[in-house]
Amino acid sequence: MLFHNTRPTRRALRAGAIGAMAVSVALVAAGCATTSSTPAASGAATGGSGNYAITFVPKNLGNAYFDASDKGGAAAITEFGGKYSEVGPATASPDAQVSFINTLTQQQVGGIVISANDPKAIGDSLNEARAAGIKVVTFDSDTDPSYRDIFINQASPEGIAKSQVDQIASQIGDTGEIAILSASANATNQNAWIDLMKADLAKDHPNIKLDEVVYGDDDDQTSFDKTAALLQSHPDLKGIISPTTVGIAAAARYLSTSSSKGKVALTGLGTPNQMRAYIADGTVTSFALWNPADLGYLAAYADKALIDGTITGKSGDKFTAGKLGSFTVGDKGTVLLGDPTVFNKANIDQFNF
Amino acid sequence: MSDTTTLTSPAAPAGQAPGRSYRNYGSSLFRRIFVTREMAVIALLAIVIIVASVSVKNFASPITFSYLLLDTTPILLIALPMTLVIITGEIDLSVASMMGLSSVTVGTLTQAGWPIEVAFVVALVVGVIGGALNGFLITVVGLPSLAVTIGTLALYRGLAVGLLGTTAVTDFPKFWTDIAKAKFAATGIPVVIVPFIILAVVFAVLLHFTSFGRGIFAIGLSSEAAAFSGVHVERTKFILFMLTGVVSAFAGIYYTLRFGSARGDNATGLELSVIAAVLLGGVSIFGGRGALHGVIAGVLLIGVLGSALRLANVSSDVINIITGALLVLSVVSTSFLAWARKRRQRRGGTKKTAVSATAG
Repeated sequence: MLFHNTRPTRRALRAGAIGAMAVSVALVAAGCATTSSTPAASGAATGGSGNYAITFVPKNLGNAYFDASDKGGAAAITEFGGKYSEVGPATASPDAQVSFINTLTQQQVGGIVISANDPKAIGDSLNEARAAGIKVVTFDSDTDPSYRDIFINQASPEGIAKSQVDQIASQIGDTGEIAILSASANATNQNAWIDLMKADLAKDHPNIKLDEVVYGDDDDQTSFDKTAALLQSHPDLKGIISPTTVGIAAAARYLSTSSSKGKVALTGLGTPNQMRAYIADGTVTSFALWNPADLGYLAAYADKALIDGTITGKSGDKFTAGKLGSFTVGDKGTVLLGDPTVFNKANIDQFNF
Repeated sequence: MSDTTTLTSPAAPAGQAPGRSYRNYGSSLFRRIFVTREMAVIALLAIVIIVASVSVKNFASPITFSYLLLDTTPILLIALPMTLVIITGEIDLSVASMMGLSSVTVGTLTQAGWPIEVAFVVALVVGVIGGALNGFLITVVGLPSLAVTIGTLALYRGLAVGLLGTTAVTDFPKFWTDIAKAKFAATGIPVVIVPFIILAVVFAVLLHFTSFGRGIFAIGLSSEAAAFSGVHVERTKFILFMLTGVVSAFAGIYYTLRFGSARGDNATGLELSVIAAVLLGGVSIFGGRGALHGVIAGVLLIGVLGSALRLANVSSDVINIITGALLVLSVVSTSFLAWARKRRQRRGGTKKTAVSATAG
């Protein structure tokens, strides 16, 4: 029994010693890596003095959309000679970004460009960062306006609606019956776009008749079934607009295996990775979405302008963003990226998200 | 302390169940206090803090520790009752879902115009009821706690998300959200550490200095032996699950106020952080062994390590790898060293043990 009892203590010591050694090695290695790789962080602490150490904080790491947007940001930061870095949580839970923002405050970076997981939860830590002189730009997904300096909005509702109407009009020769496959019946964004599309159709495309709006509830199977039903109930249908990434992919999947392939046009909002196969086999001619790389690029330049003190985020401020040209800050500190990018056979291979 | 006789006789022969021995009263007080697994974790924590202070820039500042405490408070809080549950040989996986449910309860009631203090009380009651449901299914129905709490993990999270959907409630009285973030002036120590210290003292006394606490260890070592020596096995477990429920609900309230946001997916996955920290702190997953100071050091060790590595620009994936490896290492080292000890024993060499036997 005494054998049994005395030994765990020595065992514990050894376990501790091995663990301590491993951790010390890891920390020393990490510490060395830091001192050599982040000279910029030690630079100017308060804003307005050219500290171009800008960190991108996506909703989560390993997300193709944010990989693309952050790459755009990195390109912009390289152009103006700043220091780009990217940190973020492994999962997109509401509070997960907080500890990363706090760390950036301690490191005294110049700017943070963030896509918020929650409009409120990260607010206090962002305000602490701003109190320390860090300029905060949100993109893709905004916080309450009181927590950031500028929000980069990917696209305006008018731009999205017009882009889709224009595409379907050119694909069906500006005449014939069309239908819309939307998300759920009470989806705020989609309903706003559909109203604008109806207005645009009535005004500029009198020969196009909108037969029906159906709702696939952003569910793959439902959207697939609704597409099948549309084609049966409207035999003269010439085109479908699906302003939701789930809907357009499901509709394309149905069309690609049906006899209507190539006869019924399909466009809408989709991601290149989802739609690549359907562009390749001719089911879909073109579709649209904002370009995340441009979004990141613009966000980085907006942060630079804030760091420089060129703009403060109030309505009417103007700044230039490299190859994208000049932008004006709108209401509530919002900057609009512009019209969505149209993807087709010629350019789709340049995008990966 | 009257129950100790039942505890010092291990159920399994020496060497077969290394995790199941209780404190060695045969060795000196000094050895019993300072040469323990808990002390190894505390030493490791001290080493990490010292190394990080020297080698990681911006680490050695009060703000690091004030952020650290704010971020780890929910884990610290839940780790207290979780330690007791794991020492009995059970487990509660539903704690993070209970936090989410408590957060949503506070959110929906505040939204419906209830005074927030009443909402807090209701959330705590929800915690007690949720814990009691776990306790009922485990002790009365007799189902394994792993299965029951995996079920309630899904159930409580489902209720939370179902009540609020994908929306968030963000309007809370500033008075309360300020308290959740307040710090004692200048020191940078968050105010929320006060309820934690109170609870830590309560749980430490409960576990280490009462006969109820002795019963917890007894159940973990052998629930049959414990029952025969007069421990209310079922009742003890039932109370412990209610305690994890109510403390999780409290952590959920804190979480809601700290982030000013009540959402169904708040604190998703936190149960694993809690259990990892408890195990790292030297509590045996088989029950019967563990101490609260080790667990608190374990929580802080994971927190400090993450904080130092983030400051050193190490990505979150690598931080997960390092914490995971540390946990595996701490578990494996126990078994590996037990095996090594057995090999050495076979060759003889019991001198040291004999010495310590006379010392006691």
